[in-house]
Amino acid sequence: MNQKYNNTRATLAIARASFRSILRSPSAVVFSLAFPLIFIVVFANIGGGGMSVDVGVAKGADTLNPVYKALAQNKIIHLIKNQTADEMRKNLAKGSIDAIIDMKPFVAMKPIGMSVQYSHASGDKGSVLKSVLNNIFYRIQSEQFKKIQQFSGIPIPNAVDLKETVVTGREYKYIDFILPGQLGFSLLSSGVFGTAFVFLSLRLTLVIKRFFATPVKRYSIVLGEALARIVFSLLGALFIIMVGHFVFGFTLIHGVVTVLNMLVLCTIGLIIFMGFGFTISGIAKNESSVPPISNIITMPQFLLSGTFFSVTAFPVWLQHLSNVLPLTHLNNAMRKVAFEGAGLGDVTHQLFILLLWGIGIYAVAVKTFKWE
Amino acid sequence: MANKPIITVKNLVKNYGDFEAVKGISFEVYEGEIFGLLGPNGAGKTTTLEIIETLREKTSGEVTVDGFDIETDADSIKKRIGVQLQAAGYYPNLNLSELIDLFSGLYGITKTPAEMLGKVALNDKAKAKFKELSGGQKQRFSIATTLINNPRIIFLDEPTTGLDPQARRNLWDLIREIRDAGTTVVITTHYMDEAEVLCDRVAFVDGGHIIGIDTPDRFIDQLVATGFERAKQTKGANLEDVFINLTGKEWRES
Repeated sequence: MNQKYNNTRATLAIARASFRSILRSPSAVVFSLAFPLIFIVVFANIGGGGMSVDVGVAKGADTLNPVYKALAQNKIIHLIKNQTADEMRKNLAKGSIDAIIDMKPFVAMKPIGMSVQYSHASGDKGSVLKSVLNNIFYRIQSEQFKKIQQFSGIPIPNAVDLKETVVTGREYKYIDFILPGQLGFSLLSSGVFGTAFVFLSLRLTLVIKRFFATPVKRYSIVLGEALARIVFSLLGALFIIMVGHFVFGFTLIHGVVTVLNMLVLCTIGLIIFMGFGFTISGIAKNESSVPPISNIITMPQFLLSGTFFSVTAFPVWLQHLSNVLPLTHLNNAMRKVAFEGAGLGDVTHQLFILLLWGIGIYAVAVKTFKWE
Repeated sequence: MANKPIITVKNLVKNYGDFEAVKGISFEVYEGEIFGLLGPNGAGKTTTLEIIETLREKTSGEVTVDGFDIETDADSIKKRIGVQLQAAGYYPNLNLSELIDLFSGLYGITKTPAEMLGKVALNDKAKAKFKELSGGQKQRFSIATTLINNPRIIFLDEPTTGLDPQARRNLWDLIREIRDAGTTVVITTHYMDEAEVLCDRVAFVDGGHIIGIDTPDRFIDQLVATGFERAKQTKGANLEDVFINLTGKEWRES
């Protein structure tokens, strides 16, 4: 009775209870682990993020000429030969085939007879094929010029002296883009939904009231809950990073140091997202009003914060909106750390904006949070 | 019994806005007794209880619990009391052992779940979740959580509401055992037969006032002395006695 009351012990007791409870709640596990992993598996297998131009090859087209060989070797061009002329025409009109080529039989010393049909339905892909073809034509033409040169004293000047070099760099795989985004989203949903649900239900079922009849301090309750959620989310993040790294080749430049830096970022992000959760738990009247309010917070960030595609793909006005959202900055910081090998000191801009969000949302949370 | 007051309430007032829930009530609870707070719904019983339990702010008046003022020493009081709330839930997804561990941590006291569950005969439910328990088991578990910190006083708010006669009797026995072990018990109930057999003293609360405080026996004697007679003469037994007689004292677990 006379032993000094230990707030740390009470905090840890709550953290332990909360952690066990999270592990046993299916929704927490599904949102934090299953969803991100499913998205990663799906998007990692869509692969490369590269574009592909589907080109129908007309029946009877000559496939022995150098143009065809060059096309067949091109990684962007996907040649389709197993459709009838009728199917091809329909598919071209729909845009599911981007072009149809036909080539007359190759006759030495004669130009290669070739016709290409493009479609308005397939957007820019026609132009891609056009420039690929031009490239091939130029090479063939150059070779012919070279042959002619052998017989002529007059050198034909080059119009362009093109020097191309390729810098050796790390391959930026789609997993390098998608994984940090999924990690950020997992933290967002765990922080917002999880926190809001737990505190609302603890309040409604009078669990918190019962706690208040013990000597526990309020901060112990918040801290214990936060601790449990952070530990759970970090374990989840670690698991996602490991699966990403070992199964899909996610780039971790400085290995363990990079992972630790990412986990620090995860913690910062999660703390901010929990602020939204605290706020929602105060605003929501009952458990059924949690999902709509939470979705208002999470959906825009899910779509606009570069979770699936780069923010730069949006029109400029939308990019301004994206650049306000906290998840955008968390994702950017995470990608810099993971792929570019940046340290936390290199992402101070992102951290500063996250800090502003943190101050803002906790100012609101303190006002709206209800204990009873 | 020396009738040493362990709880003293003087002129306690509680207003919710314009509504006066408790209008200046005073009473004492003696050490080692089972004290019943009786009255219709909305009489102010629960409000009074929650103020004593330091869960609610009073508007005015004085309350001391085991020598500590609720205003200045709420923390000391919380360490000395055990509280069972009406309709309180427990932390979700945890089993009884884990809940006992949680409360041990909250009270800063080391108790094994087996010891606490043993006190309320729930050892075989150690791995069960709270929501899987029957009504009577839930109440017994709630009482176990109030005993973790070896409290001087426990507060039970309508612990037998909704229980069948067997479970009710079983809980009475448990409450008596707790009293006999030296813990003061403050209880609210709507069942007068329960108050009559269980409580050492009762206070009637109505409209925010205490309208009487005495032993159940003396209240009944006083009423009889006024010439009161029941419309129907009581027999040597009532229907509940018949129920218990027919279905046995054996307590059913649903």
